[in-house]
Amino acid sequence: MSPWRLAAGRFRRNRAAVGAAVALAALLLAAAFAPALAPADPLAQPDPVRLQDRPPSAEHPLGTDPYSRDVLSRTLYGARISLGVGLGAALLAVVLGAGVGLGAGLAGRTTDQVLMRGVDVALALPRIFFLLALFAVWDQAPAWAVLVLIAATGWFPTSRIVRAAVLSLRESDFVAAARALGAPGRSIVWRHLLPHVAAPMIVSASLDVGNIILLEAGLSYLGLGIRPPTPTWGNMIMDGKDVLFSAPWVALVPGVALVLTVTAFNLAGDGLRAALDPRSA
Amino acid sequence: MSTPAAGGHAPLLEVRDLAVTFTGPDGVARAVDGVDLVVEEGETVGLVGESGCGKSVTALALLRLVEPPGRIAHGSSVRLEGRDLLALGAKEIRAVRGNHVALVFQEPLSALNPVLRIGTQIAEAIRAHEAVSRGTAKWRAVEMLQAVGIPEPQRRAVAYPHQLSGGMRQRVLLAMALACRPKLLLADEPTTALDVTIQAEILELLDRLQQKLGMAVLLITHNLGIVAERTRRVYVMYAGQMVEEAPTAQLFARPAHPYTEGLMAAVPNLEERRERLRAIPGQVPPANAWPAGCRFHPRCPYAWEKCREEMPPLLELEPGHRARCWLVTEPGRRKA
Repeated sequence: MSPWRLAAGRFRRNRAAVGAAVALAALLLAAAFAPALAPADPLAQPDPVRLQDRPPSAEHPLGTDPYSRDVLSRTLYGARISLGVGLGAALLAVVLGAGVGLGAGLAGRTTDQVLMRGVDVALALPRIFFLLALFAVWDQAPAWAVLVLIAATGWFPTSRIVRAAVLSLRESDFVAAARALGAPGRSIVWRHLLPHVAAPMIVSASLDVGNIILLEAGLSYLGLGIRPPTPTWGNMIMDGKDVLFSAPWVALVPGVALVLTVTAFNLAGDGLRAALDPRSA
Repeated sequence: MSTPAAGGHAPLLEVRDLAVTFTGPDGVARAVDGVDLVVEEGETVGLVGESGCGKSVTALALLRLVEPPGRIAHGSSVRLEGRDLLALGAKEIRAVRGNHVALVFQEPLSALNPVLRIGTQIAEAIRAHEAVSRGTAKWRAVEMLQAVGIPEPQRRAVAYPHQLSGGMRQRVLLAMALACRPKLLLADEPTTALDVTIQAEILELLDRLQQKLGMAVLLITHNLGIVAERTRRVYVMYAGQMVEEAPTAQLFARPAHPYTEGLMAAVPNLEERRERLRAIPGQVPPANAWPAGCRFHPRCPYAWEKCREEMPPLLELEPGHRARCWLVTEPGRRKA
């Protein structure tokens, strides 16, 4: 049996992780089909005077917000931002981190030192303040820019993991043997190095998704990054904070969605870690 | 010196004055120091010496696989069919590795990638040199597994290295090394990690494949028994230098260098009962502090003044038999 199939078997036996994965799949589908599932237009304000802060009803299953918009519809559309930015930025960060890590691990000592000291400096900068400052200046940043900038400030730990793995792998006998038989550099990278670092990369990316979703929500809550009226869970919570006691559903619905989603990603990520690294289980 | 013999006949492999240096905090170590070596087409040549004498580094240097801080010194020459391997570009030397000259390592488990199926690994070795499709390469990998005597090659091709025994893994490594039909196989202690019975099987397999493919083999080992049975000529290496070279029969009948003599005396013998194994006193000196004069003199039972001061060249005793020892010029001192 292949190592991947063995890992899949271990993952399937982990009930919490499977439950989380199922929940995430459902959430992904809900986000993908948001236009079909949403009962109302997430941006429409049918009657800001009479329909604001209405409790759940047949017409608005999860109530309305202070601008009379449908909370369920906004939460569904907000999932697109959270999941899109979370998954997209995590994926991009892994690719960037793997690229730099491979480069540092394979290049000569000078390149390695320059790259890794750069990473040391980058890790010392507080990411959240850096992003706050950036979006305070760039106040019309589109969603893809939020994704790219979050990824661009999040790949440093991955690059360290990959570099460390490459440094030890490139001294291994099987890499020496492959070189001795004339394997070209690309085959050494794709066949011998990346499969070995794939597992730690997948784990670090999946655990990163939750953090990125929280980071994006935090930025949105502060009114930075993706701008209203586009619904994000972060700016929905902000919309609800002034009516927290009179209309708690406005903030609670996206808040609960956020907590459940991040918990699910962390559980699934933990399950992946246990499944892919038998020693840690 | 390195011009091929008249008549346009160049040996398959001709190494002249090969030196490899390692620069470290303790100074410069000349791990390989002026080695000459010739392998003719189709012949099996032994390279013998104890750990640390430079035999593995020599093998790596032939394919330019020495990693920094190791460096092949200027003035070294490695010619394969007359072509200077040390002058090739990165792409050209890569095309030589595995394709014309293949190297098999001694650790059959760690030399295989644990996460790849063995069929895939052999196929990759083929695809490194030949523009064939994945499917064709896989099919040829199965053929190679059959050629190295692995039963049910079709099924074994999808196995992972940990599912095979040590002997099977060594066969897989041989299949990888021979997949592109190299003209020269550098076998670095190919059986050291195996049981004695498996060792014999692998060596016999190697013999058979050699005859079938018509390749030359440089058998690098510390095991004199292996060399005696399978090689035509033997080089003996000590402290980074060749100390003796001879046709195998002559070497065993009349070892000229005291080091060779010591090696042979150290092999236990069934006919002669001994209380203790005979060992050569002392150790190989570290490569950054070779002794002056003959490098073997601190361990040599015959050493005299001259040995401590002047390094002997390789001196010829009889055609094809040379030894780096002053005894060749003063045979009378051997009794002493």
